[in-house]
Amino acid sequence: MLSFLLRRLLTFVPTFFGVTVVSFLFIRLLPGDPILLLAGERGVGEERYAELIKQFGFDQPIWKQYLDYLWGVMQGDLGNSFVTKKPVVTEFFALFPATLELSICAIILAIVVGIPAGVIAAVNRGKFFDQALMTGALIGYSMPIFWWALLLIIVFSSGLGWTPVSGRISFLYFFDEATGFMLIDSLLSGQKGAFASAVSHLILPTIVLATIPLAVIARQTRSAMLEVLGEDYVRTAKAKGLSPLRVNGQHALRNALIPVVTVIGLLVGTLLAGAILTETIFSWPGIGKWMVDSIFRRDYQVVQGGLLLIASIIMIVNLTVDLLYGWINPKIRKG
Amino acid sequence: MSEATANLPQPPSPLREFWSYFRENRGAVIGMYVFMVFFIVALIAPLIAPYTPHEQFRDHLLQPPFWQEGGSTEFLLGTDPLGRDMLSRLLHGARFSFFIGVIVVSIASFFGVIIGVISGFAPKWMDTLIMRLMDIILSFPSLLLALVLVAILGPSLINAMIAIALVLQPHFVRLTRAAVISERTKDYVTAAKVAGAGRLRTMFVTVLPNCLAPIIVQAALSFSTAILDAAALGFLGMGAQPPTPEWGTMLAEAREFILRAWWVVTLPGICILVSVLAINLMGDGLRDALDPKLKRS
Repeated sequence: MLSFLLRRLLTFVPTFFGVTVVSFLFIRLLPGDPILLLAGERGVGEERYAELIKQFGFDQPIWKQYLDYLWGVMQGDLGNSFVTKKPVVTEFFALFPATLELSICAIILAIVVGIPAGVIAAVNRGKFFDQALMTGALIGYSMPIFWWALLLIIVFSSGLGWTPVSGRISFLYFFDEATGFMLIDSLLSGQKGAFASAVSHLILPTIVLATIPLAVIARQTRSAMLEVLGEDYVRTAKAKGLSPLRVNGQHALRNALIPVVTVIGLLVGTLLAGAILTETIFSWPGIGKWMVDSIFRRDYQVVQGGLLLIASIIMIVNLTVDLLYGWINPKIRKG
Repeated sequence: MSEATANLPQPPSPLREFWSYFRENRGAVIGMYVFMVFFIVALIAPLIAPYTPHEQFRDHLLQPPFWQEGGSTEFLLGTDPLGRDMLSRLLHGARFSFFIGVIVVSIASFFGVIIGVISGFAPKWMDTLIMRLMDIILSFPSLLLALVLVAILGPSLINAMIAIALVLQPHFVRLTRAAVISERTKDYVTAAKVAGAGRLRTMFVTVLPNCLAPIIVQAALSFSTAILDAAALGFLGMGAQPPTPEWGTMLAEAREFILRAWWVVTLPGICILVSVLAINLMGDGLRDALDPKLKRS
């Protein structure tokens, strides 16, 4: 196990440095002069220009700039936003809970619906339930979620008036952020109706963001279950006269879950990509919307830092999933 | 060949065998038919569209489809906020989506397969280097990386396609490399080498054709991803630019009218969903038919 851990960590380190190189080069590949962009329409005088060049270190050779950047990264300094002048890291961690809350709700919904759907489909292989569920899953998998979000808004927000269209909570409620998670904060605030408001704001974005992961989980669960249901030990369990619930639930599902758990881990990237669209449509103040806004505002310091932070999160999650998988399944460690 | 063996039933040709498996999957066949319709529409859109996609009818702004009150058969699916015929724009949109799929998959698979084959045959250090590079690309959420790339290159349909191709290409590299590595040590490859096949010939003539099955499936699935991602970029304003009748861009233009005119939002979305769904159905069928592990003996 130790050598597996070391080997896996050894591939992590160069990839991480590669990601820093990509996000570093990004700002230098952009067309136009970042200083002039920063100055905006007013422009800058020659003296101030030279000063800024020096301040950002653009007068240094490129390798020196990279090392300085890397040194900053190691100390948790990703520079300041061109627009708000606040440190990128501070902004990121202020907005991250919103994305995390939405993602957690979405993944819970996807698991709670997706796994039973996959099991039911596998147990009823070829029958009506299976076909209906898998057609549904394929539609979910093929869904342009930005359109799906608009449809849900048309039906549930403007048509039925059940849910709000944007934001995390109604303007009527105001309280300090203790955890950054609106569900918890609204409960802690003790204000009447605050929690219900937070929940109603979460429903549509959660459904939208959960759609693709749900479909992926249902399909993966079904195929993993089908594989396991053909195994000898399942036949033995059936022959022993165990109830179908016990055979499917305890004997089959537990073994089928191993690949499903891996897939869930690998969905983090899908979730963060989905968050970009979901947050933009629902004006959800998380990092997805922040990145899109920054791209449009040409706030490249934020884009550079955000890219690195998001990629790091995905890499760390993938690494954790790999290690867990190696821990559960000894065959992988040898590979 | 002796007479006894000549009379034995011949194994079916690979194509016929593939078709017999593919045909069993009803969804895949339906998907294929829808895809063919999509392809034909893309091909002949200018001939069947009642108007050009840019023609504006100022007296018919946001006119509903013909079956609704206020609609007319003049504009079967209604008009958009600028008075352009929805049907004509949707038909032309098929051209863009198809074009996007073809170009993106061609670029991504061409480079992906070449890099994958090289990686599969290369010395260990080079293989490691290539795979780490692919890991780096895969560390970013694909849509975010595509967005940033388009920000660098400038928003346009061509740049969106390049960005999406770059993001999809590591999947081809990984698949090809894995297939090449499992084929490389087989006897027929050794035989080819002994017979004097050069390195390039071994790589691309002997080994590659035997690795095509997973690549074809990946190409089908990438086609639908490309359409979806290009529509998403268009929707975010970073893909095709108005007035291009690309489905995602049409959705973005129509967003503010969702409460007044359902058709300007619903119809482009249905087109995206149906085409992507058809391709995914077909991709599932291709996988079942081509994957030897799943083949029922």
